[in-house]
Amino acid sequence: MSKQVLDRLVGQFHERILKTESFRGDDEALVAPADWLAVARFLRDDSACAMDHFIDLTAVDYPERSEPRFDVLLFVRSLGKKHRIRLKTRVRDGEELDTLVNVWAGANWTEREVYDMFGVRFRSHPDLRRILLYEEFVGYPLRKDYPINKTQPLVAYRDVPPAKLAPFGDDEGNPFGRIDWLARMSGRNLQVSPAIGVQQGQRPALSVSPEDLASAPQAAKPPTAAAVPLAPAALKD
Amino acid sequence: MASTAAVSSKARASSTEASLTPTRAFVPDPYLDLATYAAAADLLTLSLGPQHPSTHGVFRVVLYLDGELIVKAVPHVGYLHRGVEKLCEKLSYSNVTPILDKNDYVAPMCNEQAANMVFEQLLGVEVPLRAKFVRTLLAELQRIASHLLWLGTFAMDLGGALGGGTSVFMYCFRERELILDLFEELTGCRFHYNTHCIGGNRHDIPAGYPALVHQSLDLIEARLLEYLGMLEHPIFRDRTRGVGTVDAELALELGLTGPLLRASGIDHDLRRDAPYHVYDLLDVNVICDDGGDCYARYKVRLQEIAESIRLSRLLIDNLPAGPICSTKPLSGVTQFKITSGQAYVAIESPRGELGTWLIAGGKGMNPYRMKLRPPSLHALAAVPYLFPRHTLSDAVAILGSLDPIMGEADR
Repeated sequence: MSKQVLDRLVGQFHERILKTESFRGDDEALVAPADWLAVARFLRDDSACAMDHFIDLTAVDYPERSEPRFDVLLFVRSLGKKHRIRLKTRVRDGEELDTLVNVWAGANWTEREVYDMFGVRFRSHPDLRRILLYEEFVGYPLRKDYPINKTQPLVAYRDVPPAKLAPFGDDEGNPFGRIDWLARMSGRNLQVSPAIGVQQGQRPALSVSPEDLASAPQAAKPPTAAAVPLAPAALKD
Repeated sequence: MASTAAVSSKARASSTEASLTPTRAFVPDPYLDLATYAAAADLLTLSLGPQHPSTHGVFRVVLYLDGELIVKAVPHVGYLHRGVEKLCEKLSYSNVTPILDKNDYVAPMCNEQAANMVFEQLLGVEVPLRAKFVRTLLAELQRIASHLLWLGTFAMDLGGALGGGTSVFMYCFRERELILDLFEELTGCRFHYNTHCIGGNRHDIPAGYPALVHQSLDLIEARLLEYLGMLEHPIFRDRTRGVGTVDAELALELGLTGPLLRASGIDHDLRRDAPYHVYDLLDVNVICDDGGDCYARYKVRLQEIAESIRLSRLLIDNLPAGPICSTKPLSGVTQFKITSGQAYVAIESPRGELGTWLIAGGKGMNPYRMKLRPPSLHALAAVPYLFPRHTLSDAVAILGSLDPIMGEADR
């Protein structure tokens, strides 16, 4: 479907499209960082591509690969032509990439996120700050060499000895607020939460058909008061 | 209602965006240099949020006010950042699903579906027809519940205009509870269901379930008219009409999706244009509106509830027999191995295009990189374009109409 876009790109840019790839409906073109902005502009302005809908921009870290380390990817879609393409480039650590904010305004926040998470900087971005993390944060968390369990709290964690809570009463683990009040007033403490009701045998499961219930009336009968634990005395009042 | 020549002419003069042609409707400059503003000395800086009820979670926006008019808005997100994408890189494929439930906590079903669809696409696992029907049904029911929650909170944001504020909120939550009861009946949970797995669903629809679904849907459909009676009055229309208008070009460029895009007059819905599940068997009516303002977004969402009710009835009535899952029940967390390949799957969540992009690699036990494309983040990116030239009270209405969920925006 979007194969035509790849052909159009190759026809326009020839060897500047380094590689194209199609895998299970996703089409991808690889360009050099220097061509990033030009190809993006072409994708938007060319009438055969007409990529008017900005979807996403993100990056991937490959630390084990010899330079360049990062893949930066752009996802765009054309609503009129109903096709979608992924544009990819590879940048070295510390290398700057042209911003796409002037092509699609939606690239603003996604580029900030890539900077925040990977440390890839964008040239002439109007507002390149961290977006999800705070200014004091050190490092770039989505890089593979950032430890997953590392924390950087702005306010130091309190050193509190682990407290063991007193055991709760009989009603521990029961969903509050979903009580069958009529049943409770008649002396039984029935839960009406359907799943728990079935689990505890207080009501028949929906998978039991009405015919089965008619042939086996004891299955449909609500449990007697003796079979169900009574409500705690405090709750009865 | 909210426009002054002073603010708009100033902003237009300082706009340096190359793509903004002069023929286009006025678009404020999100990078406005306040020093160039005429009354710069008199501007009031107001920080709205992060813990203000009208910001729908922990969202903060710094407003520069000239009197009651907003000159510039600078949003700050990230208060709910939990590093979900980093976490996914350490979890096995079957353990990712319950984590993603917590992303969009108003529509968890859609998050699960997106993740499992991308795994299935890379593994080449086929989903049985019955499971596809059940998934579609759950997605549509979830859309009703999510839009009802939005309607309630939106009406509460407009508060005083609606005679007491919380009444519509309470009514909407009452109806949403019916959907949550349906989900609880099926999965045992009210939120965070974890009912989707690779190759199908964990919980099959029991025999008595269709009657319950019909009962709940009939009730919700009847009560939709009551909401119209409560909301459709002049004050509500004055506060939403012409407020927060996004034109089609800006909406596309910003990457807005879902009801926001359709309310700007763009006929795009992934359920029809790139069908997944069994949407190709259904004839989905895509609801559009040309207004582009808060009122248009309200109308689109309300009609989408009615459309989802219609689709849900069709689905539950025509549920095919057969297996619900094509893979064996989970025997260990490392049952699934994907060693190479990458895939992008986008579904139409209640808030718009929910994309999941997965790169498999390494030993194949966990994703090498998992990128979530939350519709809410892109909706919030429109705030600097929407807030200027509106009053503070309009800002609350606009933010409510964007329906942001910070859990998925911040991830």
